[in-house]
This record gives sequence, C-alpha cells and structure tokens, in this order.
Amino acid sequence: MSKILKFASLVSLMMLSPALLATASGADLNVVASFSIIADLAKNVGGDRVEITTIVGPDGDAHVYEPKPADAVAMSKADVVLVNGLDFEGFLSRLVETSATAAPVVELTRGVTPMKLADEPAGHAHPEDEAAKQAGHHHGEYDPHAWQSIANAEIYVKNIADAFCGADKAGCATYTANATTYLDKLATLETAVKTSIAGIPKEKRVIITSHDAFGYFEHAYGLEFLAPEGISTESEASAADVAKLVDQVRHDKASAIFLENVTNASLIRQIANETGLKVGGTLYSDALSQETGPASTYIDMVHHNIETIKAAILGS
Amino acid sequence: MYDILVAPFAHYAFMQRALLGSLVLALSCGPVGVFLMLRRMSLTGDAMSHAILPGAAIGFLFYGLDIVPMTIGGIVVGLLVALGAGAVSRFTIQKEDASMAAFYLISLAFGVLLVSWHGSSVDLMHVLFGTVLALDNAALTLIAAICLTTLIGLGLVWRALVAECLDPLFLRSVSRMGAVVHLLFLTLVVLNLVGGFQALGTLLSVGLMMLPAAAARFWTNRVAPMCGMAIGIGMVSCLAGLLISFHASLPSGPAIILSAGCFYVVSILVGPRGALRSLAAPRRHRSA
Repeated sequence: MSKILKFASLVSLMMLSPALLATASGADLNVVASFSIIADLAKNVGGDRVEITTIVGPDGDAHVYEPKPADAVAMSKADVVLVNGLDFEGFLSRLVETSATAAPVVELTRGVTPMKLADEPAGHAHPEDEAAKQAGHHHGEYDPHAWQSIANAEIYVKNIADAFCGADKAGCATYTANATTYLDKLATLETAVKTSIAGIPKEKRVIITSHDAFGYFEHAYGLEFLAPEGISTESEASAADVAKLVDQVRHDKASAIFLENVTNASLIRQIANETGLKVGGTLYSDALSQETGPASTYIDMVHHNIETIKAAILGS
Repeated sequence: MYDILVAPFAHYAFMQRALLGSLVLALSCGPVGVFLMLRRMSLTGDAMSHAILPGAAIGFLFYGLDIVPMTIGGIVVGLLVALGAGAVSRFTIQKEDASMAAFYLISLAFGVLLVSWHGSSVDLMHVLFGTVLALDNAALTLIAAICLTTLIGLGLVWRALVAECLDPLFLRSVSRMGAVVHLLFLTLVVLNLVGGFQALGTLLSVGLMMLPAAAARFWTNRVAPMCGMAIGIGMVSCLAGLLISFHASLPSGPAIILSAGCFYVVSILVGPRGALRSLAAPRRHRSA
C-alpha cells in the first residue's frame, strides 16, 4: 500500500516542481541533507555559506519516510545532495530521479568500512532479519548506521568538505578550515567516549536496546549491545529471543536497558519489569532530538548516549 | 514433557502474560469472527487496520507518542468507519463490502494527509501496534475489559444476531431491532480489533478473529457450537504458537497464526463439511 502512496506523491510532485524552480536563496550553496544527523555535520562544515534543507527532521525515522513535493523542489534547487548511503534512505533513489536534480548526490559512507549484518560481534543475528533482507527491506546487505562510530563521522565530515569544495570553489578555504575545527572537536569527543567507557567495569559492558542500531559503536568502543528486535525495527521478536535477554539480565550479564527515540517501547518495558532492571533512559540512534531536546546536535547526541549508558550501568 | 510444555511459562512472566492475553482474546474474538464470517464480512479486520490511521494521528498530534490517546482515537475512528459503512449498507442498496471499502479508503487517505501535513515521519502504526510478548498490565486490563464487554454484548443480542445471520428479512419483518443489533455488533467488532491491534499487533488480532472461525465452519452448521469450536481452536493455536515461538526461536505472532492456519487446512480436508467428505459422499436424493 505505502508503495502506491509513494508513487502517487512522486507523480504529483513531478508536476509541481518546475513551477517552483525559479526561486533561489541568498546563500552560496544550497544543500539538501537526507536526515538530521547529516544536516548537523553539514552545518558545521558549511557555516554561513550554506543553506541546508533537511528531508527527514529531528525524531523522524528515515527508514519509513514518504517524500513530499517540497522535498523534490528542494532537491531540484540543490547544489549538493548529501545522503548516508548503504541503503539507509529507502525513499532516496526515486526522489533523486523524479526531482531531476543536476546536483551531485554524495554518499557520505564512501570510504567507511561497512559492517556486514552477519558480522554482528554479539552473534545474535535473528532468522527474521534474513527474511526482512530477502523481502527487500530498507536495510541492505550492510548495517547503515555507520555514524555511530566517531571515526566514521570524521569520514563523513571529510566527504562533506570535499563535496562543498567541488561545488563552491570560492568557499573551499572556509570549508576546509571549518572541517578541521570540527574534526578537532570530534577527536576530543572520541577521547571523552573512550574515557567514559574505560570507567565502566569490563564485566558490565553489556546493555540492551530496542533494535540493533549501535553495531558500529559496539565495534569501535567495546560495549556490547543486545536487542530483541535485531537490525530491523520491523522484524518481530520471538519468545526465545526475549527469554534469552531475560536470562542475560538474570545471570548478571547485561547490566542496563534503554529505550530508543522512535520505536515502540513496550517490549523493552516488559523485559525491564520481568527482570527488575530499571529502564536507564532513552538513546538516540537514527535521528537527533528537537532543538530543545538533549541530543540536538551530533556531538550532543554522542555525549547524551554515553552519559546515559554510563549512569545506568554504574547505578545498577 | 514438563520442559517442553510447562517450563517456558513457569520461568518467564512475559510468557505467562502472553498466554493469558492471547487466550482471553481468543475467547472474545472467536464468536465475533464467526458472526463476521456468517455475514460475509471476513475482510473487515484488514480494512479496519488501515482505517484507524486518522484516529491514531490525531491522538499523536495532540499528545505525542502516547499509546492511550492513539488507541482511543483509533477506536473512535474505527467506530465511525464501521457504523458509517453499516448504516450505508442498511439504508441504501449498497452491500457492506463496498461501503466498508469506500469508508476505509476515505479514512486512510485522511490519515495519511494528517500525518504528512504535520510533517512527522514516525511510523505511527508501527508504534501503535503491539506484540504479544510485550503485554503490560494496562494491555491485559484492556483485553480483559474488551472480552467482558464482548461476552455481555453477545449474550444480550444473541438470538437477534443469529436470526439476522440466517434470515435478515425475517428479522426485519418481525422486529425493528435489526439495525440496532447490527450496529451494536459492529461496535463489538471495532472494540476487539482496535484493542487487539494495540495489544497484539494487526496480524495476531485479525488472524485470531477469522482463522478459527473459518476453520470451525467446516465442522458444524449450528451457530453456538461453531462459536465454541472457534474459541477452542483459537486457544489451542495460541498455546501451540507460543511454545513453537519459544522452542524454535520464531516470531510469536506468525507462529500463533500459522498454528491456526494448520487447523484451518486440516478442517478443510477432514471436517464433516470439508472437501474430502463432500467428495466421498455421493449426493443422495432424499427418499420419501
């Protein structure tokens, strides 16, 4: 059903977009970012020289987004389109096609070493994930949540700077300088994360979230994440999966449990009730929070996540 | 034996809750499904799972991602759609399937409009629809209340409902209560479905309503035993499905529904009114 709706909205926006093409904005570079985290990174690199339009905003789920005419208009006016790639944005290819944008579409995961879904170090890949992949789910062969490792975010930033330089030669010096400043901040952030994790006893470094969105984080920083729903929020948990998680907590293997900002919390609450483990808070995985929230920028998001995790583990 | 059948429920509270919730829902949904089937409205459940979107969206617009307002919104819109479709089929020449299709499509389109207009890209339905493994006290209470309401409601209008199913014109000729009974029945349908969606997800609540009823149809012609059989098949499917989900590491909703599906296939084949019997028995003419 949703496919038909998407198609219908695309047809309607094909008709609309040429009429609205004429307007231009004052900035040197019009940038379209596919979702909130990329938009934040791009803002830090571009500064005042760029005007950023975000397609999937804060607290939104890019997996299930349905594009609107305004998105195609923004895209057709864009000088640069920034996307995550690795099949994260299911809506993207059609939108690029219909908007007939001349702008380069830059996949920021270019240069990132992608993690195969089967590479999950925790070894709890679920059979239904396979089924979801077979069925042409938004997630492809690789785990797209690459930004959860700060080293990858640094690659994103470099890719963004390159893309901006390619599209706006005059501003290249500014972009490079901004990127360098921001990369320093990211390096500081990564040190802070590593210090935080070093302060958590090794045997307590197993935690539970709703679905596997933290594969890269886990790989980079040595925290182990378990989840009842696997990599895709749309797969359904089996009784055996939930029982296994309950056992993990009972045998004192998993030491904290968390919600995520855009998924159904009931399964996590159930595990928490069953084991007496208190829900440690909300982690931001696939989108930033609103302006007023605790994770409105990438750096804030990483800080918030690691602080929440640490407080919950040490408090348990 | 103990390890296979009892241990999963003895060791894990979430399994007890899943069993309790699904058994109560089977008790409530079975008879409703039988009457839906007898009225040729078997696809109402699927239509309803789309139709409630605007209600959930309005709940979301005002209260954010809170399950209670979204569920109440869903029930209200579900009632509007069901009663609207029922009224049109009652008072015009249009049949229930056509009016239901029209009403649910209007409702769905309105819902998509609301969601997009607000600019949210959260999959509301994904958030609203629950899973049997995550039944909390509120969800269990909701299911129990729905079950009680359904049983009382069915008890009150049982005779009229049966008469309506078998011969609506007769009921219309002897009583003006037909329309009232029909609308009351639709209310029960919506309550069961929307409550079921929130607690168990669409697949499980629609499946638990229709499959046992469809299977029971092959065993008897009488309405009361058919309802009893539907309840029984539903309950056994829940137990079997949960155990399969536990031991074979399969998702619970599909496991339960596939168990019910097995009952259905077996019933088609060996039920007294099923395929084999009607093939085996040559048509006998009644002798005087």
